[in-house]
Amino acid sequence: MSPAADRRDGVRVALFATCFNDTMWPGTPKATVRLLERLGCHVEFPLQQTCCGQMLTNTGYAAEAVPLVRRFVDVFGGYDHVVAPSGSCVGSVREQHAMIARDDDALGRRVAEVAPRVLELSEFLVDVLGVTDVGAYFPHRVTYHPTCHSLRMIRVGDRPLQLLRAVRGIDLVELVGAEECCGFGGTFAMKNPDVSIAMGSDKARNVLDTGAEVLVAGDNSCLAHIGGMLGRQRSGVRTMHLAEILASTEEHPA
Amino acid sequence: MSPDAAGHGQAPGAGAGHAAYPPLQVTSPTFVGMPKFPKAARAELANAQQRRNLRHATHTIRDKRAQVVAEVDDWEALRVKGADAKDEALTHLADYLERLEERLTANGAVVHWARDAAEANRIVVDIVRSKEVQEVVKVKSMVTQEIELNEALEAAGVSAWETDLAELIVQLGHDRPSHILVPAIHRNRKEIRDIFLREMGQVGRPAPDDLTDDPARLAEAARLHLREKFMRARVAISGANFAVADSGTLVVVESEGNGRMCLTLPETLISVVGIEKVLPTWDDLSAMLQLLPRSSTGERMNPYTTMWTGVHEGDGPQEVHVVLLDNGRSHVLADRLGRQALRCIRCSACLNVCPVYERTGGHAYGSVYPGPIGAVLNPQLRGTASDIDRSLPYASSLCGACFDACPVRINIPELLVELRGKAVEESGPTPESAAMKAAAWVLSDPRRLATAQKAATIAGRLTRGRTIRSVPGLGAWTNARDLPSPPTETFRQWWVREHRNEDS
Repeated sequence: MSPAADRRDGVRVALFATCFNDTMWPGTPKATVRLLERLGCHVEFPLQQTCCGQMLTNTGYAAEAVPLVRRFVDVFGGYDHVVAPSGSCVGSVREQHAMIARDDDALGRRVAEVAPRVLELSEFLVDVLGVTDVGAYFPHRVTYHPTCHSLRMIRVGDRPLQLLRAVRGIDLVELVGAEECCGFGGTFAMKNPDVSIAMGSDKARNVLDTGAEVLVAGDNSCLAHIGGMLGRQRSGVRTMHLAEILASTEEHPA
Repeated sequence: MSPDAAGHGQAPGAGAGHAAYPPLQVTSPTFVGMPKFPKAARAELANAQQRRNLRHATHTIRDKRAQVVAEVDDWEALRVKGADAKDEALTHLADYLERLEERLTANGAVVHWARDAAEANRIVVDIVRSKEVQEVVKVKSMVTQEIELNEALEAAGVSAWETDLAELIVQLGHDRPSHILVPAIHRNRKEIRDIFLREMGQVGRPAPDDLTDDPARLAEAARLHLREKFMRARVAISGANFAVADSGTLVVVESEGNGRMCLTLPETLISVVGIEKVLPTWDDLSAMLQLLPRSSTGERMNPYTTMWTGVHEGDGPQEVHVVLLDNGRSHVLADRLGRQALRCIRCSACLNVCPVYERTGGHAYGSVYPGPIGAVLNPQLRGTASDIDRSLPYASSLCGACFDACPVRINIPELLVELRGKAVEESGPTPESAAMKAAAWVLSDPRRLATAQKAATIAGRLTRGRTIRSVPGLGAWTNARDLPSPPTETFRQWWVREHRNEDS
């Protein structure tokens, strides 16, 4: 039982699963739902949601992202709390949607209203629900990689670490060079594959040096890149999203 | 004398070919014809010695910077002050430049205006020729690298001696600068010793035969080699870190004292100054002189700061020329968002924290301005006609470390994204743009997305959690990374299954 559960009854939350998680990593939004419901929230998943447009924006196709921004504010405009298990998609909404909407004042105003209410999972847990101990249990050696956009775009700070430290059974070990980019960078990984791999191999080496069984982060995109390299090396290190560790309990272990 | 062509077009890091080098010919290879960034980067990444040198150097300077920035009470307020001073100057640039010209002229300097590199070079060459000298000494200056002044001087039969230690290493090594502050950052001590032993005797006082790679011995060899050039030179060429409009003062910030020698000993001083270097008032210098050394060398204060205001009889150069250079800057200024790049004070903090720069080094950027600031500044200054300039906005993972480190708050990631948009606009329809438009079409509608997801889950059922090691057409990913197998059910499908009786 979470110590905070009784105080949180009925907080209505819209889950922004993100298109990438929805399609490739459904375990992460599922874990987010389990976790938030365990903490007493009422979680809704508006089915009209699609994508924040980050890939388009960051590759130079901001104009193509306009309909996605319009859809985003339409779908999530009615909620006080929108939560997403992705630092980089939240970064796209909070830091880039205004730029995409700059030629459309009406859309810009709606973005200014909606975007600040969109929180990354650890922000929502620590700042809105006011919990750091979410009642999780995960008896493994874990190291945490703070993804660039969660760190330097939306500034989640040490919130994910506060949450991880409170997980029972966890052996949380520090990652050397944690704040350095892993080299994913969206289409950067495809457009500059050699540099991306050079960065990723350094990150993977630092992960291996910790002796951790599990690498955790708040973005499955970065984890797919680092995990893809760790897998290719047959390193035996698993990658997991923060939501999945926080959702893990003794009764329902991840 | 003709410009030497032996070094032109060499692959980065390639040596050889200087045995027959005539003295007074020290031109470096140019950046013309550089391949696009990913290709240039691939070659650099394979240079193990350089990777090691860069990693060591960038991490050392990164740590030093972090330490001295942390001890300032309100670094953020200082950053804002620095950015504001630059913005004020840029917003009223024409006014401040006229004021600067007026003050400089009143103080006995001669002001020249240059639209581009060719004009600036012609002005400098003409002045040097009128002095009937065969050589000039130079203070480290990015802008003269930008306009390739050394090459222009050599074409006119004048040797331009770089006197900054790292620039000297680059020049003697027939190399190109790879960093704004420490242009020989890609070289280690042993390589420097070898360059000194091999090259110094070709162009002046040779290095002692028993030279070791001890930093003190290397510096001493450079000091002795340069001393005779300082004592002989009648003309010096510099840039300026700042140009204060209300007093007509130029400022050079340096560490070695070579700048002080050049700025005080010769009879004639020619300073080439980018028009964005102007600061409105003397007061604005206070923020800048706190921001620059800490961001740049990781020092609280740099060892030598030289300021001069025109000509003073019997003290220092008696003929002072200032060449105010545009060379694409007014084009950058015209861009509402892009103009913030002109705030840059060339500290190189963004290079030192950049994970891409740390691995590729500076040569892959095809410009004297490498790293994150180069990735935005070069396409803005030079346009996007070349392969390298078109590819630079993509030479970043958008990790944001550069913006955090920038002492004048240039939002480099934001600018990169903006420039990517321009690159897409200019390149017209491509396979990529077709794919992106298709993705946008799918992603703008939940039904289309669900249909596309169905295809993914079918692939997921076929692979059933097996590791995917290779996919035709996805080599850029699967050459070094496994690909996750798609799930057999998307989150959306799961949610609908779980909440059948609800209406979302």
